[in-house]
Amino acid sequence: MQIEQLSAAQIVKRISAGQLSAADCTQHFLDQIRGQNDDNGAFLATCDQQAIIDAQKIDSAIAAGKSLGPLAGLPIAVKDGICTAGVTTTAGSKMLSRFVPPYDATIVSRLQDAGAIVIGKTNMDEFAMGSSNENSAYYPAKNPWNHDHVPGGSSGGSATAVAARMAPVAIGSDTGGSIRQPASFCGITGLKPTYGRVSRYGLIAFASSLDQIGPMTHSAEDCALVMQTLAGHDGNDSTSAQVEVPDYMAAIDGPLKGLKVGICKQHFEEGLGDEVRKNVNDAIEVLKSLGASCVEIELPYTKYGIASYYVIAPCEASSNLSRFDGVRYTNRATAENLEEMYSKTRAEFFGEEVKKRILLGTHALSSGYYDAYYLKASRVRRMIKNDYDAAFESVDLIVGPTVPTTAFKFNQHAADPLAMYLADIYTVAANLSGVPAISVPCGFDSAGLPIGMQLQARRFDEATLLNAAHQYQTQTDWHQRSPQS
Amino acid sequence: MSQTQEATETTQSQRDAVTDADVTLIVGLEVHVQLDTQSKLFCNCSTAYGADANTQTCPVCTGMPGTLPVINEQALKLAIKTGLALNCEIANYTKWDRKNYFYPDLPKGYQISQFDKPICGAGHLTIADPKGAFETRAIQIERAHLEEDAGKSIHDESGAKKPTKIDLNRTGTPLLEIVTKPDLRSAEEAKAFLTELKLILTYIGVSDCNMQEGSLRCDGNVNLHINVDGQKVATPIVEIKNLNSFRAAERAIGYEAERQLRVWKKDGLGIGEAPKQTRGWDVANQKTTPSREKEGAADYRYFPDPDLIAVVTTDQEIAAIGATIAHLPSALRTDLMENYGLEAYDTEVIVSQGAGVVAYYESVADFLTKSASGSKSPGKTASNWVAQEVLRYLNEQSCEVGDYPVSGEQLGELLVRISKGDFDQTRGKDVLAQMVENALDLDAAIEKLGIKAVDANEIQSLCQQLIDENPAVIEQIREGKGKAIGSLIGKARKLNPNINPNVVKENLLKQIGI
Repeated sequence: MQIEQLSAAQIVKRISAGQLSAADCTQHFLDQIRGQNDDNGAFLATCDQQAIIDAQKIDSAIAAGKSLGPLAGLPIAVKDGICTAGVTTTAGSKMLSRFVPPYDATIVSRLQDAGAIVIGKTNMDEFAMGSSNENSAYYPAKNPWNHDHVPGGSSGGSATAVAARMAPVAIGSDTGGSIRQPASFCGITGLKPTYGRVSRYGLIAFASSLDQIGPMTHSAEDCALVMQTLAGHDGNDSTSAQVEVPDYMAAIDGPLKGLKVGICKQHFEEGLGDEVRKNVNDAIEVLKSLGASCVEIELPYTKYGIASYYVIAPCEASSNLSRFDGVRYTNRATAENLEEMYSKTRAEFFGEEVKKRILLGTHALSSGYYDAYYLKASRVRRMIKNDYDAAFESVDLIVGPTVPTTAFKFNQHAADPLAMYLADIYTVAANLSGVPAISVPCGFDSAGLPIGMQLQARRFDEATLLNAAHQYQTQTDWHQRSPQS
Repeated sequence: MSQTQEATETTQSQRDAVTDADVTLIVGLEVHVQLDTQSKLFCNCSTAYGADANTQTCPVCTGMPGTLPVINEQALKLAIKTGLALNCEIANYTKWDRKNYFYPDLPKGYQISQFDKPICGAGHLTIADPKGAFETRAIQIERAHLEEDAGKSIHDESGAKKPTKIDLNRTGTPLLEIVTKPDLRSAEEAKAFLTELKLILTYIGVSDCNMQEGSLRCDGNVNLHINVDGQKVATPIVEIKNLNSFRAAERAIGYEAERQLRVWKKDGLGIGEAPKQTRGWDVANQKTTPSREKEGAADYRYFPDPDLIAVVTTDQEIAAIGATIAHLPSALRTDLMENYGLEAYDTEVIVSQGAGVVAYYESVADFLTKSASGSKSPGKTASNWVAQEVLRYLNEQSCEVGDYPVSGEQLGELLVRISKGDFDQTRGKDVLAQMVENALDLDAAIEKLGIKAVDANEIQSLCQQLIDENPAVIEQIREGKGKAIGSLIGKARKLNPNINPNVVKENLLKQIGI
């Protein structure tokens, strides 16, 4: 089997056993990137030299018989919105085209401490604002299954990288569906953990109360492997939870007998594509065959999720992005005075979608509008959370489609931003309520584009999520398919 | 500050008729206090003053993309301690909000502050004037909230148009903003409030209140309520920024009161009819001048900071912090008056110097009291010596009472000796000077000065000598000019510096036969 076809778990096993050199493995994926990136734009930067040096250290450690981390030698791609010391981190924006962070995000340090090798930074919608990667200020990543189609977003580069076998694992971030939607579009497995489960320190913030970092891999098993390293309290992030992290790899093997699965009525109403509906229903049958019992449930307020999300996220973003003012870190436009410097810098180096959302958020937080927008949206958010709390009193998991459709074509939604926003309709509620959610491949449409099923669980119950997803993947091979390169 | 009043139209002749008695000055203060923590409010950088520019910074306080704030628990404790000392309600639930505005020394483009759930709610601080210039009363405090300081912009003032420099060392330093109600009625009251506030803050050790280093900064909101034929008219509120000394605060408010009356008499514009103005205090010209910053209400778009979680503090935790507050100045004033019989003025002299001086005073006075020396008013004697000798030294040397070379017990013992008549006050001061300058203990200083007890025979022969040599003076004394004896005592001191003037006086009168 070619190295690029191996799972993350297999790679770590082979490297640790001395059957595969970490340096060779890293070089192999760097070659994969070099061979494809011009065509699919998954990466904004690669760490060729440092990655090989890091991999050689792993090989030396193995040769010296030293104990190894749980991810020893595993090449990992990191979304470009996550800070990497000494490696340009642009968040997909021209604003930060020359920003080289002096520090590593907590998850980057954790991955490296576990032996993982950062091989490059993946493409994304500018500041994670977008669902298609068309908002990357550099070039869009393309869907490996069909380059005329978008990979989804905002973690589109990460999804493309994994699907196109340029990296066995990529790290993404998810604010309204930015891990799960591209995972669905690209036929990979993507987990958005519980809010607070994974440290956000070093993630360039889009909407702080919604952002969460998570793994994007070929399988639930690989997600479990990487989550073991990502999860856990971080003293540098006040919103990171002090909740014990279970052994995910042990948890995924349990049987699903007795598992209560809720099927949310609202996720199967108008707007859902027929092929997506059919494949998700088939997937539900597989879960039943594994011993899960299914009941219909309601999440009545989730229909207001998009509305609430598109107030809260821009409000937070408008403030989070204030620091990009031309004074530090960012590019700076030439100007006669301070005010002009601010406005020219921000006019020149922010993209259209980012400006649009800053305007939306600034307006919504303005004196006289706060109550009508931010406060009301926060109340709706609370009700959505209550919906979930009520639902999880009777079920262990909620299952449904990740996205109403398969990957759309580039420019398809250019004239209708609302249609684009609806790509997040099933995913935003997990961010608003903080619950963990995973997207797993569950088939293909007639055009050969992947379809994803979303599973959601109680807060901090990633174990059940990964368990169900893994058991499903023992019965199906959708996740093992590769696009023809 | 809300002081909304109905604007009342007035005529020129009505305004001309207004006298000082019709005018009430309304002042509210906003005081920024730098809390005395080792590290900044949301990161581990040092808060020490005076380091080279931008050497006390990290990714968090420079607002690097991706960084997150983590609250400094110590700052929260000091804020609660301050609130308790100011009789404030302490919030069991407090949260953080972002105040959004652009400025180059504000690296995140927003300041983390507290908007609607401040750590300290309503409280009060009592001001009094020992000289009686105003009535003793409680000034209401509206709230006190925690926030992070901004950095420092260093503008080029050479005229060469060099770029402005930014120093972010101060960025993220914890500040407590204490806001009063518009409760102060004179510049003197405002100064008294600030003086008492600073005293309390230094007593409880939450801030060094060093105004030169910006640890205590003050803004004032000032306007007038004018009685025009029974109708109250309010002048537009003016905010005076950066009053960086108590003297400046007093002068600026006084000036502003006069200016507003002058302007109103001319234009008659009331509150709401002219925009709220921001002015600065021009020390050189002793007047307030309009600030360059833009007028009009800024929209800070406050909203809850999603990077921080709300802080819940239990009543037990608040009580535990309260237990760390020793005596407050107001309690000490009462103690000194009741326990040592001091007058208000003497009490103020001691208490205003801080807890260290109070403790020192108490040790002197206690020693003197317990020694049964026969001192009639040991409290007053001790206060005289501390105020005149000790405080003068501290002032001259710019040092703390802990640095004073003579312990309270040693000074107390010195006063006992004086009281017993070993030597007089003047000689006592020589002894103290020896103890201070040469770091001698009491007995060594006495010995160095050669002070010996003068025996009765010696006194007698000394007095006889004086009587023999000064017949004219003796005659005056005999004629009833009691004061004349003073010159003899002066002569006696020259002959023998160790004599006790009272003993000499007694003997003289006896030997003269009066």
